Amino acid sequence: MRAPAASDIAAGEAILSVKNVSLAFGGVKAINDVSFDIKKGEIRAIIGPNGAGKTSMLNVINGFYHPQHGQITFKGRTRQAMRPYEAARGGIARTFQNVALFKGMSALDNIMAGRTLKMRRGFLWQMLRIGPALTEEIAHRRRVEEIIDFLEIQAIRKIQVARLPYGLQKRVELGRALAMEPDLLLLDEPMAGMNLEEKEDMSRFIIDVNDHYGTTIALIEHDMGVVMDLSDRVVVLDHGVKIADGTPDEVKSNQAVIDAYLGVAH
Amino acid sequence: MPRGIVGAAQREDAVAIDATAAADTFPKLLVHNARVRADRPALRHKDLGIWQTWTWADLLDEVRAYAVGLHRLGLKRGDTIAIVGANRPRIYGSVMAAQMLGAVPVPVYADAVADELAYVLAHAEVRFAAVEDQEQVDKIVSVAERLPKLETMVYDELKGLRDYDHAKLRAIDDVIADGRTALANDPKVAEWLDNEIAAGKGSDISIILYTSGTTGQSKGVVLSAKGCIDAARDTVAFDKLTDQDEALAYLPIAWVGDHYLNYAQQLVAGFCTACPEHGETAMQDLREIGPTFYFAPPRTFETMLTRVMIRMEDASFIKRKLFHYFIGVARRYGEAILNGQPVPVQGRLLYRLGQFLVYAPLKNVLGLSRVRVAYTAGEAIGPDLFSFYRSLGMNLKQLYGQTEAFLYVTCQPDGQIYSDTVGPAAPNVDIRIADSGEVLFKSPGMFVGYFKDDAKTKEAMTSDGYVKTGDAGFFDQKTGHLKIIDRAKDVGKLNDGTLFPPKYIENKLKFFPNIREAVAYGDKRDFVAVMLNIDLTAVGSWAERNNVVYGSYQELAGHPLVYDMVARHVEETNRALAADKMTAGAQIRRFLILHKELDADDGELTRTQKVRRGFIAERYDPLIKALYDGSAEADISTEVTFEDGRKGNLSARVKIRDVTTVPTLEKAA
Repeated sequence: MRAPAASDIAAGEAILSVKNVSLAFGGVKAINDVSFDIKKGEIRAIIGPNGAGKTSMLNVINGFYHPQHGQITFKGRTRQAMRPYEAARGGIARTFQNVALFKGMSALDNIMAGRTLKMRRGFLWQMLRIGPALTEEIAHRRRVEEIIDFLEIQAIRKIQVARLPYGLQKRVELGRALAMEPDLLLLDEPMAGMNLEEKEDMSRFIIDVNDHYGTTIALIEHDMGVVMDLSDRVVVLDHGVKIADGTPDEVKSNQAVIDAYLGVAH
Repeated sequence: MPRGIVGAAQREDAVAIDATAAADTFPKLLVHNARVRADRPALRHKDLGIWQTWTWADLLDEVRAYAVGLHRLGLKRGDTIAIVGANRPRIYGSVMAAQMLGAVPVPVYADAVADELAYVLAHAEVRFAAVEDQEQVDKIVSVAERLPKLETMVYDELKGLRDYDHAKLRAIDDVIADGRTALANDPKVAEWLDNEIAAGKGSDISIILYTSGTTGQSKGVVLSAKGCIDAARDTVAFDKLTDQDEALAYLPIAWVGDHYLNYAQQLVAGFCTACPEHGETAMQDLREIGPTFYFAPPRTFETMLTRVMIRMEDASFIKRKLFHYFIGVARRYGEAILNGQPVPVQGRLLYRLGQFLVYAPLKNVLGLSRVRVAYTAGEAIGPDLFSFYRSLGMNLKQLYGQTEAFLYVTCQPDGQIYSDTVGPAAPNVDIRIADSGEVLFKSPGMFVGYFKDDAKTKEAMTSDGYVKTGDAGFFDQKTGHLKIIDRAKDVGKLNDGTLFPPKYIENKLKFFPNIREAVAYGDKRDFVAVMLNIDLTAVGSWAERNNVVYGSYQELAGHPLVYDMVARHVEETNRALAADKMTAGAQIRRFLILHKELDADDGELTRTQKVRRGFIAERYDPLIKALYDGSAEADISTEVTFEDGRKGNLSARVKIRDVTTVPTLEKAA
């Protein structure tokens, strides 16, 4: 069965929605009855104080966690839980809060790894690297080179990622996610630990990805300035509960959000 | 090969040379190159990881279409067009296409801030701008209200520009496609374009290059087509550049050096200019392209050497030993071999072995294997650094020039290379030294004037048509080469009337690895005295080897053994100064080593690490007084700013040393 293509969904309609999702680890309720949707073509931010359940939410979306309750509708198909391979094949790519690259491989090879799902020829063919396998590799390499060009990381193409500074590793990771040509890109704190200049660069790349490839993006971020500038809509979680959902301006003036961030006398 | 064909080829060559001589504008040279070396590479650019090549025929074809496209947007003869971007084929193509229409390109530094950009674009009254990407478009848009004359921008890179208002914005690709369609649809267009090319004259303005403006507002240096081409012809012949050569264009396009080395010389000699993939990949691209003609400022050579040295420290024992042994061999014989001087057979053999084991692989790693001619300029280069590259067999030379001369004023001929001169006058350049010591020149490439600024033009010229460089210099008696000592306005005089060139003295001192900074005083004083900073890394490692114990910079700087060592350096500097009549009187009599490192945070250095002599003199006034009143030590207390922004007080007792000077011939006589 073919996963419905993203093009079947009009821009502005929900590409993914979660409905009444609850996730508990033993007695700890990480997510409690949360519903929201992500519309095609938008940049959607998920914010909240530490331990609000943001990363858990992303893990639910890409099938790493299976919620006890609720439904996830992705491209018109409703499931109780996603499976990671379904998510990947369906066009969900992600980056991680702590960079999760293949440290010993070059930046190029890491991004190339993002093409794995798109490769049609088998392992043996690829080892032989002749005929159709070669043609295929060239086509994939072209896509990867376009991404390298897009992210302006030509200078580090052949450098082992372990030797790269953190900001560049994050960029390589974004490149690998982009190599999947995702319909939905999940970014878990893409700007954590970066200096101002790196943050600005990263913001620009996120906007460019959204603009250039039309990729729908859901991101978790702590830097409020960045979130408010980048995103079209923001959902706010606190202690696993959704406390606000709307445009950056609406969210900014929401009393519950202010209380959650600044604390309130109980 | 049948004899007749060889003869024909030779005849064609002769015709080709005649035709080059006839071409007096760059578009004519482009047409010429596309005819005589249609299939030779003209431009390269690495795109998506693969080097793409344009032959001269391809390039002409594309530039013609581009020119027609620009004309259809409204660009016409006499208009100015700003060119803002990195070294990319489309950016160079924009310069060529504009010149083909008789329009005047005005390249601007890609890293200029919006304000500088606005000044240049407004002053040059540009109607068009050819820019690289969103960054440049944004900058220009942000100052749009200051540029009422600007009508259209064309850009190379679409990324991020999709949602912009395209009323005044066009992709260069679309402009070229549009021009191509027009050329294909109507044969008259091609004819019209041929006429436009033919209508260009040598006396036309070819380009306006704005000076970087380190001294006040930047000025637009107007250069004529004939001037540019004549100057480039002279140096192409001087360095025997041919269409077999190759250069890597990585210098800013708005700088005269890039327009000269990678554009004017390229079109005259017909060689290939390669554009790096990206600003940061230049070093890798250098290795992949292996240029035969290379220019880099001394700092680049220094960075390269440092990188090699650091990596050698991490190499295995055998490799490290081998490296240091053969670098030693190169130091002993390399330069002599390069200069064609007699060298013992044993030295030659060792050098040959070193070539095989060390020099060739090293040059390969650096991307310098194929370099036939390399130049450095811009600032003084350390003798050790200079001879390191030369000893590896690289023909590194120095030149001296400026925008107003269309680069070359002097350059060193093969075989006459000295680290402390910039060479004799370049071909067809006439140099004169003014009474004030300022270097004046007249050259084929010299500028027509400053754009819209006759007063400044007049100021920059002598009444008999020489251009004032603003630099002080003199001709070395031994070699006949020019030596540049300092900016003319910085050169002072001692009380007895002797010339005092502070930077010249400071540079000589700084070439010693142990000396990090030097500040020389002497203007309107009786003698020259200097304040020094030691290099903590170099002197620190010396201290370790010699069991000198120290706890801080201050303690090390005040150590008597360090003073002894530095005194030897100063005496050596005096010997070097004494060797020249012009500088012999400016020998250093007294020096001190400062108790703290000069720092930009304290305002003692500029952000580009240049010493602020005046400010330092005020700040360390007690020390200056002590230098000149003969005391052996002085107390000083200064406010310092720590890295975290806190301020504190640092006081010290600084010792002052006298140094012996070398008697000069005249004074001895």
